[in-house]
Amino acid sequence: MLHIYCPHCAEYREEDEFHCAGQAHIARPLDPEACSDQEWGEYLFFRKNPRGLHHELWVHAAGCRKFFNMTRDTQSYEIKEVYKIGEQPSVVAE
Amino acid sequence: MQKYSGFGLFKHSLSHHENWQRVWRNPTPKKKYDVIIIGGGGHGLATAYYLAKEHGITNVAVLEKGHLGGGNACRNTTIVRSNYLWDESAALYEHSMQLWEGLAQELNYNVMFSQRGCYHTCHTLQDMRSNERLVAANRLQGIDNEMVDAEQLQKEIPTMDCSKNARYPIMGASVQRRAGNARHDAVAWGFARAADALGVDLIQNCEVIDMEISDGKITGVKTKQYGVLKADRVGCVVAGNSGVLAKMAGFELPVESHPLQALVSEPIKPFLDTVVMSNHVHGYMSQSDKGDLVIGAGIDGWVGYGQRGSYGIIEHTIQAIVEMFPCTSRVRMNRQWGGIVDACPDASPIISETPIKNLFFNCGWGTGGFKGTPGSGNLFAHTLADGKPHPIAEPFSIQRFHTGALIDEHGAAGVAH
Amino acid sequence: MTQQNRLTSGGRIDRSTPLTFTYNGKQYKGFKGDTLASAMLANGIDVVARSFKYSRPRGIVACGAEEPNAVLQLGATEATQVPNVRATQQELFDGLVSASTNGWPSVDTDVMGMIGKVGGNMMPPGFYYKTFMFPESLWDTYESMIRKAAGIGRAPRERDPDTYDAVNQHCDVMIVGAGPAGLAAALTAARGGARVIIADEQNEFGGSLLNSTEQLDGKPAAEWVRAVVEELSTFDDVMLLPRSTVNGYHDHNFLTIHERRTDHLADIAPVNTVRQRIHRVRAKWVVLATGAHERPLVYANNDVPGCMITGAVSAYINRYGVVPGNELVVMTTNDYGYQAALDWADAGRKVVAIVDTREAAVGDRTEAARQRGLNIISGSAVIEVQGTKRVTSVSVAGLSSSGTKVIGSVTKLKADTVATSGGWSPVIHLSCHTGSRPVWSDSVVGFLPGPTVQKQLTAGGINGQYETATALQEGLDAGQKALAEVGLAAADVVLPDVKTLKVAAPMSLFHIPHIKPTSQAPKQFVDYQTDVTAAGIEIACREGFEAIEHVKRYTAMGFGTDQGKLGNINGMAVAAKALNKSIPETGTTVFRPNYTPIAFGAVIGRNCGALFEPERYTAMHKWHVEQGAMFEDVGQWKRPWYYPQKGESMQQSLNRECMAVRNSVGILDASTLGKIDIQGKDAREFLGRVYSNAWAKLAIGKCRYGLMCGEDGMVFDDGVTACLGENHFVMTTTTGGAAHVYEWLEIYHQTEWPELEVYFNTVTDHWSTATITGPNSRKLLEELTDFDVSNDNFRYMDWKQITVAGVPARVFRISFTGELSFEINVQANYGMAVWEQLIEAGAKYGLTPYGTETMHILRAEKGFIIAGQDTDGSVHPYDLGMGWCVSNQKPFSYIGKRGMNRSDCTRANRKQLVGLKTKDPKQVIPEGSAAVLDPKGPKPLEIQGHISSSYWSETLGHSIAMGFIKGGLDKMGETVYYPMADGTVIEAEICSPIFFDPKGERQNV
Repeated sequence: MLHIYCPHCAEYREEDEFHCAGQAHIARPLDPEACSDQEWGEYLFFRKNPRGLHHELWVHAAGCRKFFNMTRDTQSYEIKEVYKIGEQPSVVAE
Repeated sequence: MQKYSGFGLFKHSLSHHENWQRVWRNPTPKKKYDVIIIGGGGHGLATAYYLAKEHGITNVAVLEKGHLGGGNACRNTTIVRSNYLWDESAALYEHSMQLWEGLAQELNYNVMFSQRGCYHTCHTLQDMRSNERLVAANRLQGIDNEMVDAEQLQKEIPTMDCSKNARYPIMGASVQRRAGNARHDAVAWGFARAADALGVDLIQNCEVIDMEISDGKITGVKTKQYGVLKADRVGCVVAGNSGVLAKMAGFELPVESHPLQALVSEPIKPFLDTVVMSNHVHGYMSQSDKGDLVIGAGIDGWVGYGQRGSYGIIEHTIQAIVEMFPCTSRVRMNRQWGGIVDACPDASPIISETPIKNLFFNCGWGTGGFKGTPGSGNLFAHTLADGKPHPIAEPFSIQRFHTGALIDEHGAAGVAH
Repeated sequence: MTQQNRLTSGGRIDRSTPLTFTYNGKQYKGFKGDTLASAMLANGIDVVARSFKYSRPRGIVACGAEEPNAVLQLGATEATQVPNVRATQQELFDGLVSASTNGWPSVDTDVMGMIGKVGGNMMPPGFYYKTFMFPESLWDTYESMIRKAAGIGRAPRERDPDTYDAVNQHCDVMIVGAGPAGLAAALTAARGGARVIIADEQNEFGGSLLNSTEQLDGKPAAEWVRAVVEELSTFDDVMLLPRSTVNGYHDHNFLTIHERRTDHLADIAPVNTVRQRIHRVRAKWVVLATGAHERPLVYANNDVPGCMITGAVSAYINRYGVVPGNELVVMTTNDYGYQAALDWADAGRKVVAIVDTREAAVGDRTEAARQRGLNIISGSAVIEVQGTKRVTSVSVAGLSSSGTKVIGSVTKLKADTVATSGGWSPVIHLSCHTGSRPVWSDSVVGFLPGPTVQKQLTAGGINGQYETATALQEGLDAGQKALAEVGLAAADVVLPDVKTLKVAAPMSLFHIPHIKPTSQAPKQFVDYQTDVTAAGIEIACREGFEAIEHVKRYTAMGFGTDQGKLGNINGMAVAAKALNKSIPETGTTVFRPNYTPIAFGAVIGRNCGALFEPERYTAMHKWHVEQGAMFEDVGQWKRPWYYPQKGESMQQSLNRECMAVRNSVGILDASTLGKIDIQGKDAREFLGRVYSNAWAKLAIGKCRYGLMCGEDGMVFDDGVTACLGENHFVMTTTTGGAAHVYEWLEIYHQTEWPELEVYFNTVTDHWSTATITGPNSRKLLEELTDFDVSNDNFRYMDWKQITVAGVPARVFRISFTGELSFEINVQANYGMAVWEQLIEAGAKYGLTPYGTETMHILRAEKGFIIAGQDTDGSVHPYDLGMGWCVSNQKPFSYIGKRGMNRSDCTRANRKQLVGLKTKDPKQVIPEGSAAVLDPKGPKPLEIQGHISSSYWSETLGHSIAMGFIKGGLDKMGETVYYPMADGTVIEAEICSPIFFDPKGERQNV
């Protein structure tokens, strides 16, 4: 059970209140029509899926309903930091 | 290969079981193989076996980071069924089902494949529609599957609550009677023993740390323990670690690795003689030959390689089980564990060529890989032997995530592994 | 019955409170303070189980969580049956009913035992993988026999009468175990002002101190324990949890404690009391003071009742006043084993010998035994015991200095009890739950907790520190460390004075050799419950199962309900020896939750039955119930499905409801549809991006239907959105999709387009919706409003803010039935009142309530889709024939546009939604049926598509269906076939899905 600090609420809360929305920092292409099928497919489905540090998008679903980013070790499950949308991580996965 | 039989057991008992042969050799790897299979789980070992047996390719090594069958092969809840919705998946899983039937005899290893049936319970009208659709499709695909109503279900599974009093009363179920369970460890060991007997080198404690790739073509792999091992073709069958291996080869996959948890009760006297799964209340259960209730549910929602997930999943899973089987409330949960499942967005696997020539991936089996073991190995062996996919495997290419030709089995797979 | 093994004094039992209990139908006496096991031993019960594979008689070995044999069925009634209760952990209560679980006709005289004796030789590890294969057809028979023999206890066949619950706890320091280390840690942390939880699996705190005669500050240890517990109970922020097992240690210092609140009182909880409770604890720091489990030694016939571990013997004597035999032989590899002999002698019974595997070990305990004149046989071992249902004698022989060979002659000694100690294994289970790998210590001769990322401290036995003084000091240190870590000052604690005894080095020995090779010696058990022997492990290794996980799985070692607490290390040692490796090289298996088993009921707490998922009701729910409505579960909602009248079949109800709508007026509770309030200056732009159709020109006061797609172009929800103001909209979603749509909007706004000024709020529960539909709906509405609702003033697809039945209402003139319709939305708390007035006023029009089923039929007659029923995540708007709902003129590439233009989405022959008319108009195609072109072809047949919606249309007098057909939109008029389960085939013609009023005139009147 992860114990998650919501950067919007500025509090630790139980994982039950949150919901992981997948890999972070996947920007929707600005001009989708210019994307090839391959590029669109990569945007939709292909993921880093690392063993180790990972940047993820989370939402405080049963709380403030705000999305934020989390850098987490997918092996030890340690949360290295959380940061708001638009911010950059200070601990960076390779 | 030393033949196993009841008579053999008797004979060996006279010599205090001191003369059993090794189940497999412990070879030192050669410098070069025709085919290297990365991953000594059920799928990898089955691949090696069928490569040797059906394609005559025996200069094969299976490289296993730990011990054989030590990943999801020994962590799953052992369900085997082939009642999938789409023609493509139905063909794939039925291919596997037909290999399961007779596998013990073929391998001379009792994998304890037990066709005790598998029920998908329906709790809403939408559930009923989905299952009726599945049953109708399976019938035309040549796969057994039928609907039973709540009254009939109560007769077939006396310990289940099929009354109208439940929060989500059971309205009926689909049942595949040829479905069932097998003994998971035995499947890996049986394939390993048979592959070894045909000359395949099973190399345990051998971790692949890099791929030898030049001009977009793979020529071998670099291992931690034995340096570079050359191969004409490389097949990667590493389930939860597929992303890690793909990264070595320089590409990404449409796959995420999630924790999938399961649990068992203490062993109890016969309680449930079949497999029951519910997508709606979200849990499934069978009873092992030892008497444990074997229980599972959905995956954790985040990437995790720790072979453990969150307690909340366990709570929800047991809630679902007690909803369906109220008499289990005083039964006690013994042990929980987790595997790492490589899930594709459409809940269907990948058996495919990759951007690297001569490198092939078999992954993305998600929560349902066990049932696919023989079929997956059989088709992947074909791919590795021919350099191009078997017709049944063709729709399961990585390419489908670019074209959009997904095979979306969430409806049929759901929680139902 | 007399308690022949009960001492007349001593122990922590209350002799003034005798209790009666039943075992296998016979009544026995015990005392308050007994466990079921101590009471059984007091009464001289030797055989408590038959073993799993060989059906050998088994007795009580241990006194706690590590007990493998005394696993009983408990419960006086069917509903209160509990399988697999460990007698050593079950407190005795008056009227307790227990039974052994295996053995026929009884556990004492078991027929299977004979078969075990004869056939046991045929059952080496993994024998089942090697046989039962021929002939193939007989496997089912073999297996049903195997299954009948499986299992220990049995599940009740009635519902659990008890309740359970869960509590969330937060603390600074969670202390696991209330032995000397745990109590010292708790006292320190408490005095330092920390919020503390201390839990222990036993009924009282004290741990090892309860079982010993040790003195603290010159007084019995129990007095110190009492003083500490008393002081701890004075702190407001300290929670003491006896009878509470910390069962799981999860990530980020989350622990689960299983508290048994009433299991010591009766087999059913007293009224208004929960039987068991789970504490879900989030701790800043954790102190594991879980102690250690003693290891038995592995020797021939070591499973005969009377073979125990030394610590258990001491505990039964000192804590329960029970001496479990008359003539004791101790075998030990370490000094601690001597204590059992000393305690036994103190209890006045005969110590036959202390067999020490070491040569000339000298410690304070060994010297005490020597001074007592006890017979110490050094450098030797008990290589075998004799007896079947109780030990009768033992064979003792000299050992080589490495302990690998028997040397010298064998002497037989008469004895009925053998207590062995192979040393102690730290209870590291919890530290492993979060993925930490334990590390082997040669000096401790055991595994210690490995490095961890958790905020975890350890103290006492878990560190291999078995002397009380050291345990106390480590507990204090852990308490101080925890205080410092949570930012509190160090506490002032003075530890009691304890005599530290001199301890000679233990011998690293696990498996006692026999004069015969292991494969030929009598069975030497490693894991009692799963019948794993040393010979079995050697076979596994010989066969090539060399990884410890392989050994474990091939032999089933550690798979019992005790999870190998007693046997696993011995098993690893046997495997290591067989493989010529060290124990750390062989590796250890992984411990996982639970530490000890937990009732399912406790895990689920209150979240069962009605609270499994709370039911959601609309404001008019009570009315529906009163009308006898049948309900359908949609998400968590209970929605009226149809309203049967007396004597009606379901189809008759539906026909009546449908015709009422088509001919006059019907009413539907549509409150469950998701409603999202959307505001902000960019709300309109946002809608254009998330819907496939155009929104730029939707005027205030107008409504529009929209389709919502994923980035893959596939439809996932739909609904009507109304423009309330220039910057204000209200969106409706499907009932089941509301939460998903809401999060969908938020994720795009927050992560992709934060520059858009738009706000979302879910308002589903704020509103009640009554939909009146049918030719007389306007007349009905007119009766409840002064507003001019004529077609000229209130056009189709308009919405109006008006007063209905005296309350403000948003009325939408939209239609899901094809009839003139008004959806009347009022504040939820007015819902029932407005509904009742509508019903009253509608009587003269025959206003008919209808449910979801009639709603489905009416919309299907019009060819309207239901997202989730006519879509399955694999269809885009063009597949649905809804290209009219896609705008390619929008400047922004809306969600779904690129996706639905991928090559597979634009290819020919995709499955497309069409109508289907059966050749026989009376025949209704079952939903889900699959279409083929040639029903007589060989299987597998290529499936053309499936029926997604299908009904009898009373309006039209024939069946109607919607379904998918490959290339269906270009195949109007062609025939497809639906083969049925019974072999019949339904023939149907592809047609437009709009069966009724194709021009849409009725809704426009």
